[in-house]
Amino acid sequence: MSGERKFRYVGTRPVRHDGLDKVTGRANYGADFTLPGLLHGYVLRSPHAHARIVSIDTSAADAVPGVKAVVTGADIPKSTAMLSLGGGKGGFDLADMGDNLLAHDKALYEGHAVAAVAATSAEIAREAAEQIAVVYERLPPVLTVDQALAPNAAILHDRLVTKGQPLPDAPTPTNVAMRMELRGGDVDKGFAESDIIVEYEFTTPMVHQGYIEPHACVARYGEDGQILVWTSTQGPFIVRDCCAGILGLDAATIKVVPSEIGGGFGGKIPVYLEPVAIALSRKAHRPVKMVMSRDDVFRASGPTSGAKVRMKIGVKQDGTIVAASGSLYYEAGAYPGSPAATGAMCALAPYKIPNFVIEAFDIVVNRPKVAAYRAPGSPSAAFATESVLDEIARRLGFDPIDLRLKNAVEEGDAAPYGPKYGPIGLRQVLEATKNHPHWQAPLGPNQGRGVGCGFWFNAGLSSSATVSLSSDGSATVVTGNPDIGGTRVAQSIMVSEELGIPVERVRATVADTDSIGYSDLTGGSRVCYATGMAVIKAAQDVRDQLRARAAKIWDVDVDSVAWNDGCAVPLEPADDRTPLTVHQLAEKIAQTGGPIIGRASVNAPMAGPAFAASICDIEVDKETGVSRVVRYTTIQDVGKAVHPSFVEGQMQGGAAQGIGWALNEEYIYSPDGLMQNAGFLDYRMPVASDLPMIDTVIIEVENPLHPYGVRGVGEVPIVPPLATVANAMRDATGIRFTDLPLSPPRVLEALARY
Amino acid sequence: MATIYFLSGLKQYTGGVESLTVDAPRVRELMQAVTERFPALSEPLQMMSIAVDGAIHRHPDYLKLSAGSEVHLVPRISGG
Repeated sequence: MSGERKFRYVGTRPVRHDGLDKVTGRANYGADFTLPGLLHGYVLRSPHAHARIVSIDTSAADAVPGVKAVVTGADIPKSTAMLSLGGGKGGFDLADMGDNLLAHDKALYEGHAVAAVAATSAEIAREAAEQIAVVYERLPPVLTVDQALAPNAAILHDRLVTKGQPLPDAPTPTNVAMRMELRGGDVDKGFAESDIIVEYEFTTPMVHQGYIEPHACVARYGEDGQILVWTSTQGPFIVRDCCAGILGLDAATIKVVPSEIGGGFGGKIPVYLEPVAIALSRKAHRPVKMVMSRDDVFRASGPTSGAKVRMKIGVKQDGTIVAASGSLYYEAGAYPGSPAATGAMCALAPYKIPNFVIEAFDIVVNRPKVAAYRAPGSPSAAFATESVLDEIARRLGFDPIDLRLKNAVEEGDAAPYGPKYGPIGLRQVLEATKNHPHWQAPLGPNQGRGVGCGFWFNAGLSSSATVSLSSDGSATVVTGNPDIGGTRVAQSIMVSEELGIPVERVRATVADTDSIGYSDLTGGSRVCYATGMAVIKAAQDVRDQLRARAAKIWDVDVDSVAWNDGCAVPLEPADDRTPLTVHQLAEKIAQTGGPIIGRASVNAPMAGPAFAASICDIEVDKETGVSRVVRYTTIQDVGKAVHPSFVEGQMQGGAAQGIGWALNEEYIYSPDGLMQNAGFLDYRMPVASDLPMIDTVIIEVENPLHPYGVRGVGEVPIVPPLATVANAMRDATGIRFTDLPLSPPRVLEALARY
Repeated sequence: MATIYFLSGLKQYTGGVESLTVDAPRVRELMQAVTERFPALSEPLQMMSIAVDGAIHRHPDYLKLSAGSEVHLVPRISGG
C-alpha cells in the first residue's frame, strides 16, 4: 500500500511508446503477418440455426486445384477436458470449445463452422469450401430464453442436465445448463415490512463487443512437430493451452506470438481460428492464415448474453431498502457458460440489503456461444436494479443519488456473495456524482436526466514480468499481456517509479509464450493491477541488484546501501562514497558483474471491487423517437490512476459501449434463427459523432492489495450506462422502458401507446 | 481457528450447515477438513474461488490463516 507515498511518475501522462506506430498504421495486427508458402484458410459455416449434420462430403473441394487441405469436425478430437486459468480444473470446457470450432454432430447456430479449407489463395479456398456437400436435417431453433424454457422446446444438447441448484421439477435433458441462488435474511419478512415495493421485468439484447480488428491468425505446423501461432488475442498462454488441449497436443510444442490487438473487451479470450489453422497446416505442411470477415465476427465469435431479469425491491418510507428478489436468465448461446452467476453476484452488490434472494439461470439457445464482454453479466443485472431504484426514488420523492447513498455498502459490509468488503469507494463515487455540476445543470426542452450505479469485481490471477537494465541506463520491461488499454506505458511508469529513470527510457514489450513466464489473460481489469505488481517487484529486484553493485563499488556490505530517489546511497558516508544514479551504476555494469535482469511473478487475489456511477442527459425527438445523448459524465473509483489519460479513456470507452447497448445495439434474428444485421451498417454502434465528449471523474480510494493502490479500470464503466440512459429516458418521456435497446421504433411506439 | 461460510447454494452439499469453524493453519488444511466432513462438496469446489478475509483467491492452498480468519467460497468469475 502506498500510504502517504509521493509519486514522481505515477499519475503523469507521458506519450505511449507504441502510439506513433498505431496512428500511422505501422503496427502489426493479426492479419498483417505473412510467411513464405503461406496458404489461406476459409471456414464453411452452417446456414441453419439448428440442424443435425447427416453427412459431409469434401471430395469436390479436395479436387479443386490449389486446395492443400480440408478439415471437418472429424479432425478435432472430442475432448472431455476442462482447462483452468493458471492450472487446476474448471474454466474452459474444451469439449464445447472444440465442437464450437468445427461442429461434430449438430450445427447449433447460424454461422457454426462445419469445415475449413486451406488453399493457395483466399478466393480458391472460398470457392472450394462452397463445393463441400453438407447434408443437414433441420431442427426447430430456440432463440430466446422464453423459447428455451417453453414446454416441448427443442433441446440443443441431448445430455444436458441442470447443474448447481436445479429446480425440483427440472426436466432432463434441458436447455437450462445451470441454476444458482444467493440468499440472505428472510426475504418474505422483508417484503412484508416494506412500505413500497416496485417490481419490473427487464430484457437486454445480445450485443457484440464490436472490436475493430476481426479475429486473425497464422499457424505453422513444422515437420519437427513444433508449432508456431501468430494471433490477435487477449491471452497467448490461453491460446497455447487451448490449442494443445483441444487438439491433443503437447503444449511444449506450441509457441504463440501475440500481435498488436485491435480491441477485445473479452471477445478475444476464446479460440476460434487457431486450432483450425493448426489442423490445416498439419495436413498441408505449409503455414495457414485465417482471417474472419466482419460477418463472421458477428455470426460466429462470442457476443455477450441477452438477458431477462425480474427484479423486485422493497423499501421503507425513509428510503431504507429492506428486501430484494431477482430472477436472472442469461442466454449462453450454443453451449453453457453465460455470465449468469456473476450477474447474480453483482445485481445487489452496491447496496446493504438485509433480506434478499437472487436466482440465476444459464440457458443455451441457438445463437453463437457467448464470450466475455466488459464486466460480464453485471450490466444487465444493474439495468434492472438501477431502474427499479430510480422508480422507487420517484415514488418516495427522493433524490435518486440520496437513495443510493442511504443504502450504499461500505468497508465491513458483507457482499451478497459472502465476503466482507475491504476499503471501497462507492460512497465517494456517489458523493462526487451528486456534487458534480452536471447533476444541477438546467435541462433543455425534451431533455431528461438519469443516474445509475454499478459494481464489478476486478480480477487478479497470474502474471510474470522481467525488467532488464542496459549499460546506458535504460530499461526494458517484458510481460505476457497484450496491450489493449495502454498497459505498456503504465508498466514503463511503474519501472520509472521504482528505479527513478525517465519513462521514455523504459521500453515495454509484450513477449511470446516462450519468452516470458506464464501470464493469464489481458482482461478482468487485471493487467495494471496484477501484472503491474509483477512489474513493480521485478523493478525492485533490479533496484536490489543495483544496491549490491554499489556495495561492490564502495567495497561495503549491501545492507549498508540504501535506495533513495533513484540513487544508491551509502548509509555510512565517506569521501569516496557519493550517491550513484542508475545511469552511473549501469555504466559499470560489466565491471560489477554483468547484465542485470530483475524478474517476478505473482498469483494475485482479485483486486478490491470497483464502483462507478454515471449521469446522462438525453434529448428525445418525440415525432421520430430518435434520441441523442447531449451530456454524459462517468465517475469511478480506480484505486490509483497510474496514467490518468488511459484511465479516462477506459472510462469513456466503457460508457460509450454501454450507451450503444442502451440505445441501439442488438442482434436481430429472423424467426428461423438467421442474423439479420451482421455488419456495422445495420448493427448500430455509436461512433464519435453520435456522442458528446464524455466527462470523467477519477476517484482514488486506495486498494490495499496493490503497492500503489491500483484497483483496475476497464470493466465497471460499462455497468451503469444501461440504466442511466433508461432513467434519463424515463425523465424525458415519463415512460419506464424495460426493454433495450431504446431504438427509435421502440421509443416511438411507446410514445404512441402512452 | 478459521471459520468457513457456505453460500445458500452450497448448503445442499453440507446438509444445511451454514458455517464450520476449523483449527487449520492454511487454506489447504481447512479445505481438507471441509471435504472430509462434506465429501459432496469436493466436485463443486473445483469451480469455486476462495475468499480469505475479503480477498478472493483462485489457488490459495498454501495461504496461511490467522485466528478468526473468515473464509467464503465464491463462484469463479471471468472478466472481459
